Amino acid sequence: MGKGAGQYGARGLYRDHAIVLRLHKLGEADRIITVLTKRHGKIRAVAKGVRKTSSRFGARLEPFSHIDVQLYLGRSLDVVSQVETLTHFGKNIMSDYAGYTAASVIAETAERLVDEEREPALRLYLLTVGALRSIAAGEHDPPLILDAYLLRAMATAGWEPALQACAVCGRDGAHRAFSVASGGCVCTGCRPPGSATPAPETLELMSALLHGSWNYADASVEKIRREASGLIAAHLQWHLERGLRSLPFVERP
Amino acid sequence: MYEGAVQDLIDELGLLPGIGPKSAQRIAFHVLGADSADVTRLAQTLQRVKEQVRFCRICFNVASEELCRVCRDARRNESVICVVEEPKDVIAIEKTREFRGKYHVLGGAINPLDGVGPDNLRIRELMQRLAEGTVTELIIATDPNTEGEATATYLALLVKPMGLTVSRLASGLPVGGDLEFADEVTLGRAFEGRRTLDV
Ligand SMILES: [Zn+2]
Ligand SMILES: [Zn+2]
Repeated sequence: MGKGAGQYGARGLYRDHAIVLRLHKLGEADRIITVLTKRHGKIRAVAKGVRKTSSRFGARLEPFSHIDVQLYLGRSLDVVSQVETLTHFGKNIMSDYAGYTAASVIAETAERLVDEEREPALRLYLLTVGALRSIAAGEHDPPLILDAYLLRAMATAGWEPALQACAVCGRDGAHRAFSVASGGCVCTGCRPPGSATPAPETLELMSALLHGSWNYADASVEKIRREASGLIAAHLQWHLERGLRSLPFVERP
Repeated sequence: MYEGAVQDLIDELGLLPGIGPKSAQRIAFHVLGADSADVTRLAQTLQRVKEQVRFCRICFNVASEELCRVCRDARRNESVICVVEEPKDVIAIEKTREFRGKYHVLGGAINPLDGVGPDNLRIRELMQRLAEGTVTELIIATDPNTEGEATATYLALLVKPMGLTVSRLASGLPVGGDLEFADEVTLGRAFEGRRTLDV
């Protein structure tokens, strides 16, 4: 899909599937929404009157909503003209506090991984929809779903941590040391001072999460999960310029 | 950019919630054209509110004394606490005349994206009030949106071991809206039809 005018209809109208990442209050009753769309990448748009009780689409424009949205091109921000709900993820997510905190980190990560608005990000969109759907359905523990999402989202950005071959020389593993600055696992010859030495099961869990081996991941113990979460978070924050605000609030059992 | 004082005013106004650059400019020019007496009154009111109004020691509602009007009122039912996000929600609920208990103002809702976690709200203070043993029912009246619902979920889980009746305002309140925008009839009905939360 090109970025030319061809994808916009008369009066700049366009329509897409999207996940609502964030809402900001604007004035008395309006909101600015940030959505990740299937074909148009990240979009910031104005939704008018949504905080009023008479709003046509207030309930459909909540964080983590999966929507079919129609927008028109505005002077600075696009404007929401129609919203239909595709799936009610939000209802289940907000009644599960651990799920809510994990979903918040997913939304912030998706927003931060796309630098430019309208830059297509189909893989990230599909990953984000999949992760929120999995949380809403209660398929796995929310922190595990979050960590699987973060690993795969980093892979779409080209920052996938090395988990098997040495990140520096490529020698095949398994290796014991992990260095965020080097890009993941490192062999004894390449390990820089200050590398972490996680349990071998921790790196196996990260591999399982990256490749979707859920039987392995679901059976892991909390100590290993925590160590994996720590390495994943450190790896992510190394690549992002600023840390994620929502990450410290992730609720764990 | 405007000269000195005008730009300073635009900048200050622009820091207020919900005021964008255009609104800030419009308000600044309104102030420039207004009567001197009106502007003086506004400035004095702003100063007075910071000097005289404070937060209630018990419930964190706005108060002109150590305790707010509700906490001072001996006729209010001590055994029921209604938890709200902001002092303006207390005003909205008081207008319905449906509620005769006391309040607890959290100071917002849990919102990790904005860096607001449980420790940033007055949840510890709520737990201290509940630990005193007088309260038997907790009504959670956070906003009917994602953050408000998630906060209600968190609170319901937190107080579960205390064996209180925990209820949530009934549906009928528009999801995605703010409590302050709900009309009195709808809000009153939501109170009557509140449902018990089982977690
Ligand atoms: Zn090496
Ligand atoms: Zn009070």
